[in-house]
Amino acid sequence: MPLLTIRNLTVTFDTASGPFKAVDSFDLNVDKGEILGIVGESGSGKSVAMLALMGLLPPTATVTADELAFEDHDLRTMSGRERRRLIGAEMSMIFQEPMSSLNPCFTVGFQIKETLRIHLGLDRKARQKRAIELLESVGLPEPERRLSAFPHQLSGGMSQRVMIAMATACHPKLLIADEPTTALDVTIQAQILDLLVDLQRDRGMAMVLITHDMGVVAETAHRVVVQYAGQQVERQPVETLFDEPHHPYTAALLSAIPERATGDRLPTIPGVVPGQGDRPDGCLFNPRCSRADDRCRTIEPPHQSDALGQALCHYPLNTEEAA
Amino acid sequence: MSAIVSAEGVSQVYEVKRGLFAKAAGLKAVKEASFTVEEGETLAIVGESGCGKSTLARILTMIEEPTEGHLTIDGIDISAGRSSDVKRLRSTVQIVFQNPYGALNPRQKVGAIIEEPLKINSKLSRAERREKAKDMLAQVGLRPEHYDRYPHMFSGGQRQRIAIARALILDPKILVLDEPVSALDVSIQASVLNLLADLQDRLKLTYIFISHDLSVVKHVADRVLVMYLGRPVEIAPKAALYSEPKHPYTKALLSATPATNPDDRGERIRLTGELPSPFDPPPGCSFNPRCPHANERCRTERPVLTEHGPTRVACFAVDEGRI
Repeated sequence: MPLLTIRNLTVTFDTASGPFKAVDSFDLNVDKGEILGIVGESGSGKSVAMLALMGLLPPTATVTADELAFEDHDLRTMSGRERRRLIGAEMSMIFQEPMSSLNPCFTVGFQIKETLRIHLGLDRKARQKRAIELLESVGLPEPERRLSAFPHQLSGGMSQRVMIAMATACHPKLLIADEPTTALDVTIQAQILDLLVDLQRDRGMAMVLITHDMGVVAETAHRVVVQYAGQQVERQPVETLFDEPHHPYTAALLSAIPERATGDRLPTIPGVVPGQGDRPDGCLFNPRCSRADDRCRTIEPPHQSDALGQALCHYPLNTEEAA
Repeated sequence: MSAIVSAEGVSQVYEVKRGLFAKAAGLKAVKEASFTVEEGETLAIVGESGCGKSTLARILTMIEEPTEGHLTIDGIDISAGRSSDVKRLRSTVQIVFQNPYGALNPRQKVGAIIEEPLKINSKLSRAERREKAKDMLAQVGLRPEHYDRYPHMFSGGQRQRIAIARALILDPKILVLDEPVSALDVSIQASVLNLLADLQDRLKLTYIFISHDLSVVKHVADRVLVMYLGRPVEIAPKAALYSEPKHPYTKALLSATPATNPDDRGERIRLTGELPSPFDPPPGCSFNPRCPHANERCRTERPVLTEHGPTRVACFAVDEGRI
């Protein structure tokens, strides 16, 4: 049984100019101990889907799903109280901007111990001991002194380590990392990614890694979901995704990376991600796709078979290798 | 080819107040930077946040005058030259900033934004300015009808094109690009990089390209200057830097950059610790606390840039043949 099952998740926001579908028929299975990468450009709905799972969306959002289950808990029918007991303990999340995710008014120690008090019910002494252990486990030097530091006294890398310590305080089974390294420098990024992978491996924790950086995905994820304009356009293991993308969007995204370019000009994707007012008929990618024909412009494409990366496309690429 | 920019021992010290009664401390943002830029080439400056690359950009564009050292641009020494000559230089060097959302005045129309430099620096009539601005819009891949729109109506990539148009309107010879694509998505990034390459070919521009992303730098640069804590530690032609990095910091940076090939999940050089505080840099080589090759000499003496083949590198371990 998978750890997390999401079937047909849709998130709609009420905006002044009418409803906007930010996430459309989102499916996800996460097994125990795996790292799943979700990639996509800004506005593709990757963060919103995870925020919906955590119940962190504002009241203007309408969340519907056929199935939204964590182990045997059905998250749709849970009361707020039950859900809060689960979140932060069994599944937890770290965010993109470590500096703004910590409360500036309280010390780091207070914020870590708050989790320990509420979810584990430890006494004062045990909390102190555990908090020091946690900061040690994420590689912060001088953990005892850091506990009484305020967030503004820490650098970006250190704040993200504190966030990871907080998120892993109760040994969660699932950690959702939403662009955990985007705001950090490359050498610090490498340290944080190593730390996350070590924690994941040692504790058998599953991880959902949301990012727009193909390099980060290639180095850490096991399976990858590619998201475009609210839809999942491709799902593949990481080894084959980079060699044989099946959706034209994935292929275009990969070839636009400077590192993979061969000539002195980069291949680009014309146009922009469709917004609220200009969603095309048929395939959402058709206005930017070089292979689109009339069928793409009128009929919504189906998901292809597993061998074709479940590509959401009428004419998937690299079919002969998969056959 | 001749050097269009040459910097000799350029330093920038900021006075930072550290409390009501405490003495102001001197923060050396850039220390003894010496380098040249040839006409028509792209020099990339890379390093992590806080290494002084943006300060260097401000010095090169004469937003700030260096506190020490000499900077010669287009044959004129900016601290010793006649003020009329220095004034002329301001239109020779232009800058494009990192964040296109913050660099454009939201209350000005695109046309007004692009024409403003002309209003100040030329005696063109209103009609001539308008014509020139529309011509420039076409050059950067925007349409003439965009002239009357406001910045909020554009996407990130288009805004960066507006910023580039504004920088080019005075026919500069040198363009300082301070992280021009790091706020953009991969597919948008590719088209802006292509535009910059086209403009360089067409207008014979010299680029100083500041970035922390080594895969973008690999695509655009002719030569690369690596900075650490305010000092250049390695200057090399691109091919030499990527195939044979000399300085341990350059090696660490390269290995920390995630590769977009899952088969390349190689051993990373793990840098421990973070950038030291620029208020009290470590004695000797400023990289020594994080360097795996540091010895007694590195902790006491400061290495200077010395030539090793095509590369100039500041490292005792390289000088002594230890690595």
